[in-house]
Amino acid sequence: MDDQKRYQRLLERYQNGDLDRRTFLSLLGAATVTAGVVGAPVAGLRRQALAAKPDSVRFDGWGGVVSEAFREYAFEPYEKETGIEVVDGTFGGADEYLARVRSAQPGEFNVAHLSGVFDYVRYHNLGFSTKLDESNIPNLDLTIKALQEPFREVSDGRLSAAPYDYGTTGLAYNRDVISDDEIREKGPNILIDAAYKGKIGGWGEWKTRIWYGALQTGQDPNGIADMDAVWEALRTHRDLALKYWQSGAELMSLLANGEIHVTEGWSGRIAALQEQGHNIGYYDPPGGLGWQECLFVLKGSPMEACEQLLNFMLEPEVAIAVAEGQNYPPALDPNKVELTEKIKNLPAYDPTGKLDGLNFFKPAYWNSHEGDWSKKFGRIQRGY
Amino acid sequence: MAVSDAHTRDMRPWALLSPALTAITLLLAIPTCFVIVYSFWLRTAAGDEQVGFYLDNWIEVLSDPFYRDILLYTLKIGLITTVCCALMGYPAAYFIAFSKMRNKAFLLLLLMLPFWISYIIRTMSWINILGVSGAVNYVLQSLGIVAEPIQMLYNEATVILGLIHFLLPFMVLNIYVSLEGIDPNLNAAARSLGSTPFQAFREVTLPLSLPGLAAGSLLCFVLGSGTYITPIVLGGPGDGMFANLIYDAIITQLNWPLGSALSIVLLIVLGSVVLLYNRYLSLGQISKGFG
Repeated sequence: MDDQKRYQRLLERYQNGDLDRRTFLSLLGAATVTAGVVGAPVAGLRRQALAAKPDSVRFDGWGGVVSEAFREYAFEPYEKETGIEVVDGTFGGADEYLARVRSAQPGEFNVAHLSGVFDYVRYHNLGFSTKLDESNIPNLDLTIKALQEPFREVSDGRLSAAPYDYGTTGLAYNRDVISDDEIREKGPNILIDAAYKGKIGGWGEWKTRIWYGALQTGQDPNGIADMDAVWEALRTHRDLALKYWQSGAELMSLLANGEIHVTEGWSGRIAALQEQGHNIGYYDPPGGLGWQECLFVLKGSPMEACEQLLNFMLEPEVAIAVAEGQNYPPALDPNKVELTEKIKNLPAYDPTGKLDGLNFFKPAYWNSHEGDWSKKFGRIQRGY
Repeated sequence: MAVSDAHTRDMRPWALLSPALTAITLLLAIPTCFVIVYSFWLRTAAGDEQVGFYLDNWIEVLSDPFYRDILLYTLKIGLITTVCCALMGYPAAYFIAFSKMRNKAFLLLLLMLPFWISYIIRTMSWINILGVSGAVNYVLQSLGIVAEPIQMLYNEATVILGLIHFLLPFMVLNIYVSLEGIDPNLNAAARSLGSTPFQAFREVTLPLSLPGLAAGSLLCFVLGSGTYITPIVLGGPGDGMFANLIYDAIITQLNWPLGSALSIVLLIVLGSVVLLYNRYLSLGQISKGFG
């Protein structure tokens, strides 16, 4: 209740005869003194609180070279300019991070380097999204529009995240054992080829497994008609596979040590293996899977500070350094920003900036099946 | 005055126990109550929880053979691991306990060394030992024993191996403490009465060390059956244990209510093992295992 309403009620009671004139004037005088003595300082403090900068902003990402690039090129200049400390944490996977966010208080986690549109929808549906003031992030204009649009569709035209990089999940294979011709001929079906029993790997994540199951059964992954056939393909893959890998490091280790000869893999990780001199091939089959990563601002965060941080992270110098570190092309539009030769040679890089050749998870379709399919995959994974 | 002293003495154990009791209440009892409450909620399509009193999770967990089979598999792995630890741990503990070495403490220190390294790193070390490019295959190939590397990793056997590596020190320590407490004169008496060394061991040493063996077995079984890291690191696609189902439900499927019901089931099953042990052998034996 504001002061004006309080005064009107008091006046009404006086006029109705509930208060005598002496009491009315006494209360009015006391209120005036209180407002005079306390009001101004409190109002000043309130203004100060609203304008106050946070001491720190928390950023969570995948760690490793990416984290080092962020620290060197984005966080340190940001801290120098704003005086706000960036506390950077890491997570092992998007699921694990979401579990942490759900258990935390709003504002405890601020900015996260999340995967794909799928996670954007999950966070939005669980009420963790925000509305970015895009005028505070001028570098957003440098990013590929095709990467922004899926986010806008989810959150009524607004953004809760800035797109940051993209990549593909294609077929990775040991070229000492499997030829380029064979991988092109067999495509995703090489993952259920009994000739490679015990030398096949796979990411233990339900969406990717089902996507490849759909390709193996000749179906559109974003509109599967025969789910039973997909489950059967997943069972076949499970019986032939040596290991479901859980992280990029494990994927690289399995391929580099020769434990497995073929798996689906993340384009950036395979590029890193190739850089290290391993004879590992990479092939995006028709209908292969593309994805993007974003910088998501979580509900309860100091918005202005986070938007400023996003702008720092989207500076071409920073985005290019991070892209070169993690071997994924940045979300920067190549028509607006001159990218380096290394980035132009990365797998999944699209020089047109339109990303027409990539297939993405259709968020509405996959999110609507998340509960049932992730559970069913869990059972198949365990031998059912 | 005398009554007051008696009252003070009566209260002293409670005062000493109160920090531990407070910690257990705040960090174990109350969170467990939350987990129990959660198990009666439902997961919505958006991944959020529907608050209420629903038996759906419990009906699913208790009626679906999938969960029963994984639970039985978990108990089987726990049992095999425990038996292996006992068979391997007893001779080691016996050697340390009755060793004539001057620096017996050094042997104990060696036993404790693995605890200085993270359990996950210890588990992952097997990849470098048993992998296709690992130490064992390198030696076998170098000696010309095998032409092609042998595939040894990512199966049930390596999960058990990883668990034994993790749990063996617990078993050895418990048996060692039990053996250390045996009066050496008893063995000498048995020998002087005509027993062979083996008879003296079978009739005197072994029965007296059984409490330590049982305490070690309990710890190995409970810890082994509750693990989820080892199957993730060293197991193949189908080698998940019950704790992995809890991880899947809570982390991957965001189904906290179902994960809570599964957690309570595992707690009840392993708690029942502890209660059975306490009924027949007394939990006090475990504390002896830690000296």
